[in-house]
Amino acid sequence: MPSAIAREDEHLLVAAAKKGDLSAFEELVSRYERKIFRLALNITGNHEDAEDAMQDAFLKSYSHLKDFQGDSRFYTWLVRIAANEALMRLRKRRPNQFSLDEPVQTEEDLMPRELQDWGPGPEQRFAQTEMRDILSRVIEELEPDYRIVFVLRDMEELSTEETAAAVGISVPAVKSRLLRARLKLREKLGRYFRKSDAKGGAN
Amino acid sequence: MKCKEAIQEISNFLDGDLNDALKKELERHFAECDECNLVVVQTRKMIEIFIQAEPVDLPHEVRTRLHGTLRKKLSQPSV
Repeated sequence: MPSAIAREDEHLLVAAAKKGDLSAFEELVSRYERKIFRLALNITGNHEDAEDAMQDAFLKSYSHLKDFQGDSRFYTWLVRIAANEALMRLRKRRPNQFSLDEPVQTEEDLMPRELQDWGPGPEQRFAQTEMRDILSRVIEELEPDYRIVFVLRDMEELSTEETAAAVGISVPAVKSRLLRARLKLREKLGRYFRKSDAKGGAN
Repeated sequence: MKCKEAIQEISNFLDGDLNDALKKELERHFAECDECNLVVVQTRKMIEIFIQAEPVDLPHEVRTRLHGTLRKKLSQPSV
């Protein structure tokens, strides 16, 4: 199985990098740099901060490699370091826009407004680059509190507990922000996916 | 179950993070309520789309700077 081979190979690369093999470490960096850059960009919403966060995350991961026990995937471990770096920069740049407290919210905020059919395979109506632009746009529109939780839980597939630890909030806060993030993103994507806006087709 | 209560639990429902009784109650609600069902189906689809999306390209110059910095900083013997 390719994924099993990739995992075994990753294990060897990590072991070599731990012994100071820089080319093994660079191979690991090359594998994950795009994903780590996307993560940093999604959290900070700023290219310059994303680049700095990515760079520092890789430097830090190298110097802390001895602490990586191999009980989780290397990538998950890397994501936690990168998320911290990105969060630090977001908080510095926008101290008032990120809070550890629960935002004031009412149940009414949750009630769906967009209730139009998307039709089958809505994403197939867009070219890959167009789709990427839509996704970055809707995620950027989300408040940082919600954005971070969505990025870590749904895009990076961290557990609720791992997300809580990475962001420094409680598990219930992760769950409540994730609910809101998901509902808001569904609404925002609906603007692009509404079937009535679809062009073409036989009828 | 009211729509308001069902919407509150959508995220937990999608994550399978519910007890059996509540899960059954939600399934019943979604079977009867087209609007809430649409929200569940679309939210699940939205997550899938994000997971499957290709990461943006790392700009060439960003990658060059990254590897340059790593080589420079990491090849120095640590003090």
